[in-house]
Amino acid sequence: MLTLTHVFYLIGASLVGAAVLNLRDRRWLQAAFWAILAAPCLVGDPILAANKAGTQWPAQVMGAGVIALALLAWRTRARKVVDDPEQARAREASAARFGNLLFLPALAIPGITLALVLGARIDALRVTAWIEPRQLPLISLGLAATLAMVLGIALTRARPVHGLTEGRRLLDSIGWPLALPLLLATLGGVFVETGVGKAISALVGEVIPTDSAVACLLAFGLGMVAFTAIMGNAFAAFPVMMAGIGLPLLVKLHGAHPAALGAMGMLTGYSGTLVTPMAANFNVVPVLLLELRDPHAVIRAQWPTALALLVANLILMGVLVFR
Amino acid sequence: MINYWPLLGVAVVVAGFALRWNPMLVVVTAGLVSGLAAGKSPGELLALLGTTLVSNRTLLLFAVTFPAIGVLERAGLRERASAWILGFARLTLARLLIAYLAARQLLAMVGLIHVAGHPQTVRPLLAPMAEATATRRFGALDPGSRERVRALAAATDNVGLFFGEDVFLAFGAVLLIQGFYDGQGIHLDPLSIGLWALPTAIAAFVIHVVRILIFERRLARTLPEARVVHESPAVPPPPPAEAG
Repeated sequence: MLTLTHVFYLIGASLVGAAVLNLRDRRWLQAAFWAILAAPCLVGDPILAANKAGTQWPAQVMGAGVIALALLAWRTRARKVVDDPEQARAREASAARFGNLLFLPALAIPGITLALVLGARIDALRVTAWIEPRQLPLISLGLAATLAMVLGIALTRARPVHGLTEGRRLLDSIGWPLALPLLLATLGGVFVETGVGKAISALVGEVIPTDSAVACLLAFGLGMVAFTAIMGNAFAAFPVMMAGIGLPLLVKLHGAHPAALGAMGMLTGYSGTLVTPMAANFNVVPVLLLELRDPHAVIRAQWPTALALLVANLILMGVLVFR
Repeated sequence: MINYWPLLGVAVVVAGFALRWNPMLVVVTAGLVSGLAAGKSPGELLALLGTTLVSNRTLLLFAVTFPAIGVLERAGLRERASAWILGFARLTLARLLIAYLAARQLLAMVGLIHVAGHPQTVRPLLAPMAEATATRRFGALDPGSRERVRALAAATDNVGLFFGEDVFLAFGAVLLIQGFYDGQGIHLDPLSIGLWALPTAIAAFVIHVVRILIFERRLARTLPEARVVHESPAVPPPPPAEAG
């Protein structure tokens, strides 16, 4: 049965490939960075299993790897990707030659993902017999990406090694920010484990006037935005703000509708995600993927939407939550 | 009693970003500070860092598309995307982005959040298409305008994803909300939570559409060539509504 572990083997393999290619170019730090990042993909399951069984050293070595990733990111120079005009001409010629056929493998990625996710709802197809059902969308994406690569190589008559070299080109063009979302989530986990959430909600609870429903709602909404911006993730802010303000003050004291408050409170937090560099996968990775010079270009394009939505959300909550 | 010392970690995050240190360094330092302040031994802290890193590795999953996208880009996918979109004579930058926003939101609403994204669709398809439609209407873009067009394409993907996600089908956020209430003894049906996301989803669509339209209008004003293209005698003057 296909599981997410198999998809991670694929990612691990392409990271190892990128590390080897960087070694050959004598870019030692970048090579080390990709090699360490391959570890959670290739040996993640044994690390977790060993830790559960009481053997801590593999997890501790991985933890040292996390610190090494940070130090390497600090010292690594980004490789300036220069587009050479000869390659640009070759791409134009190739685009003209293959025409719309090029879209076929590109659209195969969403197409196959969609087909598998929807196919799993039809019992007769027995999709879930060979794909682990709980992680179906992500495994489908991995499967679709692999099939699209094979299709793309066959169609453009590229050599199979191009899968590796082109994958490395994209990895190198992003560089260390590729791992930033992962490290931020790790920080979120550490914060939960060390009681940061409880401390924040205790502080907030002491500051606001609790007998005003509107003040509590504002504190909840703005707190979601601020804490989401700090953590880069509304999922990390939600339990903290709900435990601190949402549940005790809004639901229990002022009779707010729990489902409405939960859904709209979470979405209010997303306004924070739109404006923070901590949400690296949404705001930093695309800057690098689109080769933008301004590191905050995406945030600049988003903040007016975020601000207008925050106001809209606060008003919607005020109207809909206390019915 | 509540131990407030782990909050030092949050202070490290804020200070690190204000001082523009390398974000990776800030994040790991914050984790170490917060862990030590909570009284964890170095051994426990390393193990905690290692296990949380492994448990969150799905955040690397987007890299699985890189080999396929890279191979296709080498064969001219981005060039073809911009040539193809120009075949639609009436398509403007605003219409392209609005159509993408609607599609992204609707797909996300039914739980299909991984079919699009920055590596899968924005870089190889949407960004070159957006540039091509803008260039056709307004003439060659200066570097600043080109950068803003690309950034708006990325922003449109983010808005569509965030405010479409989880309306009808229970994924991620809805399950987290339900799980939180469950732990507190309040039992809710996932669909009843998801439907409350609908008003915000509609508001997000309207707000971002207005911003896209404003963006296009501003682009027309800041690019001097836009006027030249419209007023050149070879091209008949467009109706006022289209002059933007």
